[in-house]
Parts: sequence; structure tokens; C-alpha cells
Amino acid sequence: MTKRVVIVGGGTGGTIVANRLRRAEPPDELEIVVVDQDDHHVYQPGLLFVPFGLAKLDEITRPRGHQLHRGITYRLGKVDRVDVEAEQVLLEDGSSLGYDVLVIASGAVLAPEETEGLTGPGWGEKVFTFYEPGGATALHEALERFRGGSIVVNVIDMPIKCPVAPLEFCFLADSYFHDRGMRPDVKLTYVTPLDGAFTKPVASSRLADLLAAKGVELVTEFNTAEVDGHGGRLIGYDGREVPFDLAVVVPLHNGAPFVGRSPGLGDELGFIDVDEHTLQSRAHPNVFALGDAAGVPVSKAGSVTHFQGETLVENVRQFLRGAPLDALYDGHANCFIETGFGKALLIDFNYDTEPLPGHYPSRVGLPLLKESRLNHLGKLMFQPLYWHGLLPGRDVPGIGADMPTHGKSTATVP
Amino acid sequence: MTTAIYAGKPVEVTDEGFLENPSQWDEQMAREIARAEGIEELTDRHWVVIRFMRSQYEEKGAGPSVRVLGKTSGVSVKELYQLFPKGPAKTAAKIAGIPKPIGCI
Repeated sequence: MTKRVVIVGGGTGGTIVANRLRRAEPPDELEIVVVDQDDHHVYQPGLLFVPFGLAKLDEITRPRGHQLHRGITYRLGKVDRVDVEAEQVLLEDGSSLGYDVLVIASGAVLAPEETEGLTGPGWGEKVFTFYEPGGATALHEALERFRGGSIVVNVIDMPIKCPVAPLEFCFLADSYFHDRGMRPDVKLTYVTPLDGAFTKPVASSRLADLLAAKGVELVTEFNTAEVDGHGGRLIGYDGREVPFDLAVVVPLHNGAPFVGRSPGLGDELGFIDVDEHTLQSRAHPNVFALGDAAGVPVSKAGSVTHFQGETLVENVRQFLRGAPLDALYDGHANCFIETGFGKALLIDFNYDTEPLPGHYPSRVGLPLLKESRLNHLGKLMFQPLYWHGLLPGRDVPGIGADMPTHGKSTATVP
Repeated sequence: MTTAIYAGKPVEVTDEGFLENPSQWDEQMAREIARAEGIEELTDRHWVVIRFMRSQYEEKGAGPSVRVLGKTSGVSVKELYQLFPKGPAKTAAKIAGIPKPIGCI
């Protein structure tokens, strides 16, 4: 009998899983349905470049359905909730989809309304986020109009998608205002709830050095209670204030709203509680999750989703056969960090190993934790690779699910 | 790892002062850890949070983040910062004798 896998979300994770599964399993044995509420697949790393006029939305957006292989059903619709007992996905239009296996790849949603004042006066005028397409475009216009003053970049609280993106924004802003000949007129401040620039010690100190070198002030352990757009200040729970003329805020993130409406499916924030290695739900064995939707102790990032996709597909296939799940995700993440002036650095890490210096993927390769032109070119080249290599589910040489250790200098581990 | 004396008992603590073994914890110990953290007197509202932290730890093996505390403990994020000004998740975990919450990645 034909079995059915329903995948909620046609972004990075959902598309990779659908395409890899389709290639591995014949259509007469497995039906694959992907559900999404819209038809705009955004290459999210590209959003970072939009405020600086280095990318346009139409260059980073494609129809979701076109990224899916033949033999995959693409269903446009909003999920109301999942009934895990009845094994059904219920759509807002009243229809339902039964499943043998459910894959949740519905990402994270922004919740700016959860921070006092953030969506109040000044929102879209001098308070922006580049974490969604409309905000990134509006911020571009605001930066073009900017004639000098204080810009703060503020992360409200974790978890957020791509924890390095707000830092990259600072580096690119430094470069952007330098190119416009007005860098001395702009004060840049990075305000974070963390106790350093980043979460992992070696990378954190390297990134703090870079911020200092580029004249970006670093304010740590700042927990934003309120964004006063009218008065132009961030107000912390401890009473500290940071004034601004323009604020770039990364709002709180939650899981997709349908998760909260589905009893037993997600955690308090709407992320899916799955085993960090097998990606199988701890509560419901025929439910899997990956990417930003999954509540695992790893960055919410495209590279993570890509690596998890390989693991998840193997485990779904094993599960359908009644075999033990033996594919294990190791927490592998890597990311290019744009540092401005045509350079970037690269970090690579997993659950057990923090980002280390050296080269990737082996001794001959891209320099790790070090600014270079080559890494910037790597980041630029990545978009075509994303559409034509990653999403179709091809194995990309040198970018495998398991973290490579050759070429890394382990002597610097503190 | 170091040894600290709370409530007259020697206990193993991490470099940051979190109890190594949550089962050694008792309420008198909580009062003394709180004082060391600058909280002179634990009010009923503090205890709501401390007990919630312990039950979450027993259930899930880890203490919750500030956001999750704000959504589930019955104490708002604003009040959490009033009760534990140096950072609710960290300070309350320390006073509750459970490990440092796994922060963000």
C-alpha cells in the first residue's frame, strides 16, 4: 500500500527532504505532499544584503513549487493544526491530509509584538528589522536617507535565525558608510543579551576584536524591556538605556503558529521537541522536524537545515520500513560571516567542537575564523549552489553532514 | 570545581557557583545562595520561580530560559527581572540548585 509523507513547509528543509525522499523512494510506494501557505521561497541569507542595496528581493525569491521534483504534490494552504492522535494535518480551508509520517519544516516566525513598544511609534520609520523581506527593503530606503547619527543593532533574545547575521549587519554597515564617505558621522553600536559578541568562546573573542577594529561599540548582557521608537532609545530590564537615531532590531522568534494550536506537538515557544541526533519527535515517533522549526541545541541556520535534511531522510526511510533509526546528526553547522570591504570569514562547528581556526574542509581549503576575499567569494557563490545543488538534494562535494576535522587547529582549544 | 559551604554543608559547585548535585539542595541553602547573589530576602514570588525551576528541572533535565519562564511560570518577564535583577534564568537556577540553563547557541 502506498504510504504518505506530509511535509509542512516548503523552504530549505522541506524542499531538501522532499527532493531527497522522492529520489530515494518510488512514487507507487510513497506519496509526498508539501504544504506551504505561500509560493515565495526566499533565499534567506540574501536578506542581509538587501538593506545595503547589494541584493534585491526578486533576485533572492523563487516560486516554492518550482524547486520540487516531479512526483511531489505541492499544496498551497494554511495549516490550522495537527491532530497527532488522528495523524492528520488540518488546513484552514477545512480540508485535511492524513499522514504516515509528518515532517515539520515550518521554520520560525518573528514576534516583534512581544516586545513592548517595538511595533509602536517609529516602527518602519526609525525602527526596522531586516529579518523579513518587507523590513529589509524599508531599511534599505532608510539607510539611503540616513545623514549621520547613531545606529544600534539589537538582538532582543535568543533563539534567533542565523546568530551571526546581526554581527554581519554591523560589519557591512561600517563598509557601507565608509563607501559613502560618511563613516565618521555614524556611530554603530551592537547591543546583545549575550555576555559576548557570540556564544562560542574562540569565535566570540575573534568577533569582538573585529567589532572593535571596525569601530563598533559592543554592549553586552543587555535585556531589552522596551523599544521607545518615539524617544529613540532601547530600555533594558536593568534600567540601562541605549539611545539611537535608527534601530535595527532582531525580534523574538517563535515556532509556526499552528504548532501552538496542536496539543502535544511543540514546546512553550512552538518549536518541536525532537531527539537532537535522530530528529524524531520524542512524543510521537512518526513525527520528525528539522531546521528552524526544531527545538535542538544548535543554531537556526540554513547549513544546519541542509545537514539535518540528509539525516532526516535516512531516518524517515528507516522508520517507514520499521527499522531502527541509525542516521545521527552531529550538530554540524557552518557559516560565512561577511565582514565588509569584500571579505568574509568562515566558521564550522558541531555539538561537541566549537568553531576553530584552520582550513575547511581540509588543510587545502577556505581559511577558518580569518577574514579573506576567498570566503566572500564563497558566500556569493553559495546562492546558485543553494538553488541548483542543495535544494534538488544533490550531494555537494566537501559539504557533508558530518563535521570535518582535518585542517583544523585544535591546539587553540582553551 | 570547588567546594562551598551552604547551610553548614559542604557542596561541590561549578566555577560559576552552580551546584554540581541538585539533590544536595535544600531551602536553607537557597536562602544562603540568594544572599551571596545579593538577594537579602526570598519573598513568596521568588519561591514561585524557584519551585518552578526545580520542577522543570526534574521533568526535563534542564532549567528554562527567561522567555519560557515568562510564558509558563505565572511570573511575567518584567517581574522576573525585578525579582532577579542580574538575570532571572541564571540567578534563579543557581538559587534553585540546578545546573546553569543551556543558553542560546
